[in-house]
Amino acid sequence: MLLEIKNLHANIEGREILKGIDLKVNSGEVHAIMGPNGSGKSTLAQVLAGREEYKVTQGEVFYNGKNLLELAPEDRAREGLFLAFQYPVEIPGVSNTNLLKTALNEIRKYNGLEELDAMEFLALIKQKMKLVDLDQSLLSRSVNEGFSGGEKKRNEIFQMAVLEPKLSILDETDSGLDIDALRIVANGVNKLKSKDNATIVVTHYQRLLNYIIPDFVHVLYNGKIVKSGGKKLALELEEKGYDWVKEEKEYA
Amino acid sequence: MSEFRNMKELYIEEFKKFESSLNGESSAPVHKLRKEAIANFSGLDFPDTKNEEWKYTSIAPLLKYNFKPSYEKKNIAKENLEKFLFDRHEYNLLVFVNGHFDEKLSSVKNLPGGVIAGSLTTAIRENSPVIKEHFGKYADHKNQIFTALSTAYVKDGAFVYVPDGKIAEDPIHILFLTDTGSEQILSQPRNLFVVGKNSVVTIIEHYSAVTPGIYFTNAVTEIFAGENSAVDHIKLQEESKKAFHIARMEVDQERASNFSSHAISLGAELSRNDYNTRFNNEGGECTLNGLFLLEGSQHFDVHTLIDHAKPHCSSHEHYKGILDDKSRGVFNGKVIVRKDAQKTNAFQENNNIILSDEALVNTKPQLEIFADDVKCSHGATIGQLDKDSMFYLKSRGISEEAARTILIHAFASDVILSIKVKAVKDYIEEILSKRFNN
Ligand SMILES: Nc1ncnc2c1ncn2[C@@H]1O[C@H](COP(=O)(O)OP(=O)(O)OP(=O)(O)O)[C@@H](O)[C@H]1O
Ligand SMILES: [Mg+2]
Repeated sequence: MLLEIKNLHANIEGREILKGIDLKVNSGEVHAIMGPNGSGKSTLAQVLAGREEYKVTQGEVFYNGKNLLELAPEDRAREGLFLAFQYPVEIPGVSNTNLLKTALNEIRKYNGLEELDAMEFLALIKQKMKLVDLDQSLLSRSVNEGFSGGEKKRNEIFQMAVLEPKLSILDETDSGLDIDALRIVANGVNKLKSKDNATIVVTHYQRLLNYIIPDFVHVLYNGKIVKSGGKKLALELEEKGYDWVKEEKEYA
Repeated sequence: MSEFRNMKELYIEEFKKFESSLNGESSAPVHKLRKEAIANFSGLDFPDTKNEEWKYTSIAPLLKYNFKPSYEKKNIAKENLEKFLFDRHEYNLLVFVNGHFDEKLSSVKNLPGGVIAGSLTTAIRENSPVIKEHFGKYADHKNQIFTALSTAYVKDGAFVYVPDGKIAEDPIHILFLTDTGSEQILSQPRNLFVVGKNSVVTIIEHYSAVTPGIYFTNAVTEIFAGENSAVDHIKLQEESKKAFHIARMEVDQERASNFSSHAISLGAELSRNDYNTRFNNEGGECTLNGLFLLEGSQHFDVHTLIDHAKPHCSSHEHYKGILDDKSRGVFNGKVIVRKDAQKTNAFQENNNIILSDEALVNTKPQLEIFADDVKCSHGATIGQLDKDSMFYLKSRGISEEAARTILIHAFASDVILSIKVKAVKDYIEEILSKRFNN
């Protein structure tokens, strides 16, 4: 098993957001996590990536045989975990290329691989850029600075393509994308999919799931996974809305 | 060891010794100025923190020493220079040791005919008309005790004269080195740069120490930017971390001249910098950029004044501070737009990053506007490294230290990138990388 979350509770500033999450993800699988605004989807994603502001108060997370919660954020990334941010930050003065080169080489070093030289790196990013149809000019620009919403999201997937993670968590990578951009992003994700890696797609809408077909769909509501099922669940949610799950939950 | 003396008394008394060390030179017209200055000096007091201009900077630590004026040249080996050179850009290098020009270590290889880059002593000795016209004219010594001290003891410094219509392609790198030995030295380089009509020059003032010691640099630089000239000035202050550095730069800008200053401050336990520029005619452009990088118990103070005395001039000022440990920074930037100075453009900003809980910065951008048709803005920020950016970088596999280095570089980058001499830019980038990479 690649990821196992057991009874995970987390809070921020004393307020409990995650209230006992259980989830298992195997290599080769695609999981979708859906849920209304404020249900805790991004919190779960950030906790898995190691954001220190969130305090884990209960539960355990195992990733690739390791206790994930004991690892520093950078070590989680080096172990192959990748988070595509819902709101990627703009970092003026740091070029996209510089960020990626530093990141890639730190990850390679950690895994006992040789660092790539400038030529090798350039060849690699040229190839990966095609995958998400990213404009070359964005590379030398500062990270996400002045990027359009769509460019930011594509840039996240581009980074994912270069870093080749084992577990990718895509937090609302589809939101705000037009249909072409959505297709490009989904296409990129599909091409990177293999039997050795897994993807968790966090989304509001079932739209993206027409392109990235999930093996499992989970509904997160009020800090808990209240329903899990196959890809049909997403369609059902689209049709009936979240109230249906909420009610079902409350009557259960 | 001699007894500790009050600093003012010491330098008043020492003046006789200085005069006798001048030999025949005491008959030069400059000597009249020296005498006036020492008289002024006796009448002035060292500022304390009750003085508004010195509110956040106490010079008490400086007054605890009896710094000895250095009258004699000191020889240092050429090998000492290497680490201060930028790449291959030393076509024009002037070296001063303890304030005195060292001809053997200096070399001027590529300047257009008529351009002079050398020592002030020579210019004074040769009775240069440039001295007569410009020396002491911009840095008034009547009300400023450190300038009075500099003027009283004026002996040597860098002298650059670019006649009308000359374009100096290669920068002039002026290296001020202090070698303290067993004594705590007072070194007072006195610089004069005069740039004629339609001329272009880049001058780098570079302060450092041969060995890390306690000493006092009191530097005064006067710059005259003639009509339609372009003067690019870089100051790199990497004095010993135990040293005191007091510096003043006065700039006089003629019609349509372009002056830019890039002041990078890394060294000194205590430093105070007064940079003042004036537009004497229309159409001028002025840039004052600065970066100060402080750690330990370093104290840095910069006071700038941009005087928009005439219409149709633009100024752009941007200072950035990075403060660690218990360091303290002071930024006080004043822009005056006088009544007649319509169509003025003035932009001023100071941004600071605090890396520790104990570091402190006082920032005061000030605009005084007496004209009505102007475009002016100013602002200041004090903050920490952005948490979201830190997390973003770490989530990509980048270590905490590397992420810090990347963000500090990024913060400093626009000031560094505004330096046009690539070799200097690289030199500063390297210092920054070394400082934050462990
Ligand atoms: N830094 C924070 N400080 C305080 N409360 C927070 C913080 N971050 C999130 N929350 C709160 O935690 C709850 C869950 O937020 P989260 O961002 O995880 O929801 P989400 O499911 O991702 O929502 P969305 O669909 O809008 O992205 C919300 O009520 C939110 O206000
Ligand atoms: Mg969210």
